[in-house]
Amino acid sequence: MAKITMTVNGRQVSGSCDDRTLLVHFIRENLGLTGTHVGCDTTQCGACVVHMDGQSVKSCSILAVQAAGSSITTIEGLAANGELHPVQAAFKAHHGLQCGFCTPGMVMTAVDIIRRHGSGLDEATVRAELEGNICRCTGYHNIVQAVLAAAAGMGGARQAAE
Amino acid sequence: MYETNYHRASSVEEAVKLMGAAAEGKYLSGGMTLIPTMKQRLAAPTDLVDLRHIAEMKGIAVDGRSVRIGAATTHEEVAASAALAAVCPALCGLASRIGDPHVRHMGTIGGSIANNDPAADYPAAMLALDATIVTDRREIKAGDFFTGLFETAIENGEIVTAVRFEAPARAAYQKFANPASRYAMAGVFVARRDDGAVRVAVTGAGADGVFRHPGLEAALAANWSPDAVANVTIDASALLSDLHASAAYRANLVKVLAKRAVAAA
Ligand SMILES: Cc1cc2nc3c(=O)[nH]c(=O)nc-3n(C[C@H](O)[C@H](O)[C@H](O)COP(=O)(O)OP(=O)(O)OC[C@H]3O[C@@H](n4cnc5c(N)ncnc54)[C@H](O)[C@@H]3O)c2cc1C
Ligand code: FES
Ligand code: FES
Repeated sequence: MAKITMTVNGRQVSGSCDDRTLLVHFIRENLGLTGTHVGCDTTQCGACVVHMDGQSVKSCSILAVQAAGSSITTIEGLAANGELHPVQAAFKAHHGLQCGFCTPGMVMTAVDIIRRHGSGLDEATVRAELEGNICRCTGYHNIVQAVLAAAAGMGGARQAAE
Repeated sequence: MYETNYHRASSVEEAVKLMGAAAEGKYLSGGMTLIPTMKQRLAAPTDLVDLRHIAEMKGIAVDGRSVRIGAATTHEEVAASAALAAVCPALCGLASRIGDPHVRHMGTIGGSIANNDPAADYPAAMLALDATIVTDRREIKAGDFFTGLFETAIENGEIVTAVRFEAPARAAYQKFANPASRYAMAGVFVARRDDGAVRVAVTGAGADGVFRHPGLEAALAANWSPDAVANVTIDASALLSDLHASAAYRANLVKVLAKRAVAAA
């Protein structure tokens, strides 16, 4: 049994779990944050993507003890002051989801893609970057449109702020 | 997953000591191979010794054309390194096409070469770059390091701490990715030195894992051009046949990828 502490969505949390407990189970079961999904459980689908110390990772393939001491952001941590994050808003506006099962992982991945590439994203790059995220419903078209729109909007917002 | 005991090491020395005290321990780097394998109960280490927080095993140092990459350096860090791109962009390109972004944020070069998956990308680069694999106790030439399918020269408890190589004059890597897994169905790394010496390493295709191809090396040393590859025969009898591709298909892929790599180098 391990006693671990980490920061999740800006809040310090502690809990006990087996050394073999996966981060996704710690997040869902110990912390009750069920927005992070388990789709495949085999490191393929990306439904479980969260950010660890600022980078997207598959939480079904990381032990909770590996994440001890780190800073985790889940889908619940994106919206601020009751306002959707620009990427969430873009998924809504562009119908980037149908059943919604893949959506938390898609959104967390999109935020990471935009962090690394900025507003200069093109469609081919978005499609290549979505390699680790599977969607059974949408055919990806509207997801790609949402990511591009969010990137353009966030770039514009950044410029306006400067 | 079976039960296991997790330990976090902060130095190479501490990691070796922790492993020495374990019954049947395994080192844990990015975990992008080991954790999925444990989840499938194909591996059941009693103890895991995490190498991800060992500062001396991280980072990329470039001095002239000499490159040293710490074993715990992630695929993403290799892909994004401007210093490495200035002397050996082929290796950055290779790292940028491993798996997906999430795998690249965790997976490490040390884990990849220690695992020596016959379809992994880094082993081809290490062999073609004539790299030296540095461990906690010795240095091993890549040619002696990769010994078979998932087999290396590493002994029990030995840690890969870094890889070192001299950047070649030209190099390129081309892979034909399995459309589902993105692992190489065949991958060819070509490297040419200032003195004209050429090394060509092939991954994904060999029945015995990564290998050098003397025929391609001789042809390209004589004439560094895609045309030179046309007359080389790739013997399919030593290649892998599985549900993804027959040996003959892979033999043809090796030739096509070698041409593309030379054209891109
Ligand atoms: C979805 C997916 C797609 C992938 N696609 C590709 C691909 O296209 N190409 C590719 O090459 N790979 C691919 N991989 C594998 C990935 O590159 C892994 O990161 C890599 O194989 C292992 O590195 P790791 O750091 O994660 O090692 P781990 O999983 O932590 O360890 C792997 C093995 O190496 C041992 N080990 C780790 N580090 C050391 C060390 N420093 N010294 C001694 N032993 C050590 C461990 O004990 C274990 O046995 C993919 C993986 C996934 C999940
Ligand atoms: S649940 Fe983690 S990748 Fe599918
Ligand atoms: S919206 Fe249903 S899986 Fe993507």
